Amino acid sequence: MNSQQPVVRVHDLVKRYGQRAVVDGASFEIARGETFALLGPNGAGKSTTIEILEGYRDRSGGLAEVLGTDPGKGGLDWKRRLGIVLQSSGETGNATVREQLRHFARFYPNPRDVEEVIAAVGLEQHAAQMIKKLSGGQRRRVDVALGIIGRPELLFLDEPTTGFDPEARRRFWDLIRSLKAEGTSILLTTHYLDEAAQLADRAGVIAGGRIVALGAVHSLGGEDAWTPVVRWREGEGAHERMHEHRTTTPGAVVAALQSRLGVEPDGLEVVRPSLEDVYLGLIGAASTEPSTTTDQEVPA
Amino acid sequence: MTAHTASARPLQHPNPLALGIARIGYEVRAYFRQPDSVFFTFLFPVLLLTIFATAFGEQEYGRDAAGDPIGAAAYYLPSMLAAGILLSGLQNLAIDIAVERGDGTLKRLAGTPLPVVSYFIGKLGQVLVTGAAQAVLLIAVAAIAFRVPLPASPEAWLTVLWVFLLGVLTSAVLGIALSRVPRSGKTATAVVIPIVLVLQFVSGVYLQFSLLPEWLQNVANVFPVAWAAHGMRAALLPDTLAVLEQGGEWNLAGVAIVSAAWLVGGLVLCALTFRWIRKDT
Repeated sequence: MNSQQPVVRVHDLVKRYGQRAVVDGASFEIARGETFALLGPNGAGKSTTIEILEGYRDRSGGLAEVLGTDPGKGGLDWKRRLGIVLQSSGETGNATVREQLRHFARFYPNPRDVEEVIAAVGLEQHAAQMIKKLSGGQRRRVDVALGIIGRPELLFLDEPTTGFDPEARRRFWDLIRSLKAEGTSILLTTHYLDEAAQLADRAGVIAGGRIVALGAVHSLGGEDAWTPVVRWREGEGAHERMHEHRTTTPGAVVAALQSRLGVEPDGLEVVRPSLEDVYLGLIGAASTEPSTTTDQEVPA
Repeated sequence: MTAHTASARPLQHPNPLALGIARIGYEVRAYFRQPDSVFFTFLFPVLLLTIFATAFGEQEYGRDAAGDPIGAAAYYLPSMLAAGILLSGLQNLAIDIAVERGDGTLKRLAGTPLPVVSYFIGKLGQVLVTGAAQAVLLIAVAAIAFRVPLPASPEAWLTVLWVFLLGVLTSAVLGIALSRVPRSGKTATAVVIPIVLVLQFVSGVYLQFSLLPEWLQNVANVFPVAWAAHGMRAALLPDTLAVLEQGGEWNLAGVAIVSAAWLVGGLVLCALTFRWIRKDT
């Protein structure tokens, strides 16, 4: 397959249940070797989209292509090249971690080494334990291990780190980076924006079944969304006000403020919008009318 | 790197039969790790045989050619073998697969390159292995604990063997088909157990078949359970008891025809209805 061809191509994707469109014209592409994050609130259409691409759901309209194949028609050869980590797993788990991985490794033509995968997800201490005896976070790591055991070209991760402690999350991030270094393409959905910022080359924000922003994680929403804000307090007694000024040159604003007041400005801060601020702005704008204000005064 | 190596050299694709055999081992292990399947499916007929043999120990169910009385354990052994066939196949798989559909096991497998046929081989193999172990255990308990005289002729054992194999495969295939009916894993037991119980009662597994009214015997003879029990009686009971059967003789051709018809019908039904997951619900 041509390495220039995207591994995932979605154009004007629609999924309707009765009259209700859960996915309503989503379009994006994932290049080979890229890690792409799909962000969005619950019910925005993230999981529906990913499950259409995994072949679990039929689409109502639009184009979907995964590794050059229509996911609704993907056969065993197609599945051999995919790794899927579903959002939830509630299996009985009457197998040990090692048994389960050895068993699943047999399904694939060129699987990874079982012990290496166990180590990569940090379950060395639990390899001989029944999966049903593991904690939720540990079971989630088994899910991830099962997703990568077949050495997939494209890995789907649907909220992979739910239930992880911070240490486990760091290790998971390292694992994903190493998969990426090997050339694995990854489609990730997550609630954790820091995770997307850490891992994804690009992200799409989905809200109301549409992609409302698409691009590198640190340029989502366009330049304006990332403009720093200078804040300070000014005035006496009842006239005291919090001032806010959005500017691309916060240094100059602070210098001008300092020379105008002649004293150290009260409560001065320069804030760069975090990914979370930008994200909340994006999904908020998708559900309500956008309110773009560049300079405003708010009561302290 | 992954992508390039994958397309550069031809890779051995795992063979569906070899994968199926690997799944048999996996399934059998999982089966014996589940206390409820071990008790309600595997040991249940042994428990019932023990109860019948103890409760009706004084009763006489006929005499053999030499004039010796036939006791409860000997009389109920063929029925319990038939019950085992029904429980290990139909009850076990109908519940097991419905639970697997409900808890996400099938969804996970659907996302892997495991062929459906390998999954089926695994399930049928699990039923075959656990059902055979159960039958051996039943016969051993009957012979050792209750001193049931066992037939000496190889023909009788050959009959036991084919009635068992045909019966257990039919039962397993029908179990796979029935697993589509419960809407969730939680309701599987409630849907499957009554069907299994009623089938056992009308088929003379718990009650003496010859004492059932003829119309009920005719109804039961539509289903394969009564025939499995009949086949086992033909193999294990003395021929002097054949007079109690419908028509007054053993009817092994009937066992073969009815079971085979259900087996073929069940296979067609499975091929038409089995899906890894219910899409879009």
